Formats: sequence, structure tokens, C-alpha cells
Amino acid sequence: MQVGVFVLAALIGVGSALGLVLRRNPVHGALFLVVNLGSIAVLYLTLGAQFLAAAQVIVYAGAIMVLFVFAIMMLIPGKEETGPDPRRPVRLLAIPFGALLLLEVLLMVVARPAHPGGRVRAAGGVQAIGRLLFTDYLFPFELTSVLLLAALVGVLALAKRGAGAGATAGAPSGRIQGALDAAGQGAGGGSSGPAAAGRSAARPELTEPPRPGRDPAR
Amino acid sequence: MVPGSYYTGLSAVLFAIGAVGVIVRRDPLVIFMSIEVMLNAANLALVAFGAQFGNAEGQVLVFFVMTVAAAEVAVGLAIIVAIFRLRRRLSVDDLSAMRW
Repeated sequence: MQVGVFVLAALIGVGSALGLVLRRNPVHGALFLVVNLGSIAVLYLTLGAQFLAAAQVIVYAGAIMVLFVFAIMMLIPGKEETGPDPRRPVRLLAIPFGALLLLEVLLMVVARPAHPGGRVRAAGGVQAIGRLLFTDYLFPFELTSVLLLAALVGVLALAKRGAGAGATAGAPSGRIQGALDAAGQGAGGGSSGPAAAGRSAARPELTEPPRPGRDPAR
Repeated sequence: MVPGSYYTGLSAVLFAIGAVGVIVRRDPLVIFMSIEVMLNAANLALVAFGAQFGNAEGQVLVFFVMTVAAAEVAVGLAIIVAIFRLRRRLSVDDLSAMRW
């Protein structure tokens, strides 16, 4: 019974991960990732980690995937991978290297010294985790709140639209713009010089400027 | 009863798939999702080890990893959106400003 559940969840997990990597459409990839996260939640359940299974569904499949889908809807990506890949030979090197990585990790897993005394069930689910979190791991637990707060502030600073082009010289988006422009001019990239100047003049960009680098016919 | 090495083997497979996805894909959103697959593979290994040794510390570690992953996704997507606003396209090959 347990072996059956494991095999089923493992097959679904590996298949959905492969689907995420191999399918070109990022919306399909997001859906595959949801399936993958769900199968891993099932595996957590078979390992006796009920709290983590619930947290996996709520935090990952709920919150993080909503963020991803939101970003996909906002950015409408996917057209980047339709054209010919200028670095295809380099990218294909990933396959042998991935196989090498898999071999290495599997060797580490298999060659691991056997643990003493067979398999013991983890004591309790939520109770044991809560006790550990609020005694031994209290300091890291509090640090995570600092981390989340820092992430929140950082995201706000990144996402904030400047009041005007002149006022945002020190804002992060202004700095990113400067760095990208410098790199684009150095490398002769697709959008350098006048196009970039036109964009920075057209701020705020929520009014959708004419989109210099985009092919209207897709 | 499923042996613990099955779980760690599965986690190794998922980790390798995620790593290949990070290298092969050109869309930063899909790269992020592949990173999530890698994080989840590591989480699965942690839970499997914790279950083998019969304590809950592996699960506590996974809890922290989930927190860090949430923060990472939020900041990463904000950066992607900021770059998209500036460049109007989303290919990682263009983003070589921080490469030496």
C-alpha cells in the first residue's frame, strides 16, 4: 500500500517536473509545478510529516504559485523561447552535465553509511515541530520574521514607481536602467542608445509607451 | 514500508531535473520555477532523513527553507517585473550587466 502510494506520487512528481522543463509554455509550466508540489505534499504525508504537507499546499501551491501566475499574467512571457536559440550548443551541454550531477548525487545517496537501528517514526507531527521551533530553534525562527520583513520592504522598493524621471535617479529602477543601458551599449544589444533614451523620457511607463523592442506581429 | 533511500533517490532525480531546467530554459519565470523544484527536492531529502532518524529537526529545517523560498520568490519576481518594465522583454541572455 505504502509502496504503491510512493511509486504513484514519485511518478507524478518526476513527470510533472519533466513537463515543467520540457514544455515551452510557462503557463503549462506553472500548472505542472503545482502538480509537482502536490505530489511532494503526498510524499510528506507518507513520511509522517502532516504539518509540512499542509504547509506545502498552503504556502507553495497557494501563495507562491499565485505569485507566479500573477507574474505570468502580467508579463505574458513565452515568446522569448520561440525564436532560434543563439546559444543552443552551450545549452545542450546541460544534458550531460545534468546526467553527471544526477549520477553524483545518487552515488552520494547510495554510498551513505547506513543509519543505526532501522527506521523510527518521527514523534508526532505539529507538536514536535512546534516544540522544536519555540525552544531549540527560537532564534532562527525569529530571524525568519526579519527576513520576511526585509523581503517585503525590498519588494516595495523595487516595485515602487518613481514620481518622475528626474526624481528617480537614485531609485533602484533608475540604477538598473543605468546598468542595463551601459551593458547594452557595450555589447551592442538590441535596445541601446536612442531607444533607451526614448523609454526614460516616456516615464511613467504605466501609460504603455510604444514598446520599442517588441515585434507587434509577435 | 518504503525504504528511506527511495525518497532520497527520488529527491536526487528531482534535483537534477531542476538543475537542467535552470540551465536549459531562457525564460526567467521558468528558471525560477525550476529553482523551486530544486528546493523541493532538497526539502524532500531533509524530511526523509528526519524520518529515518526519528526526529523532527529535518521538518523544522524544511519549515525554514519554505520561508526563505517565499522571500526569494517575492524578491525575484519583483526584480523580473522591474527588468521587464525597463526592457520590454524577458530573455536571460540579454541580462549580462552583472557578468564579469
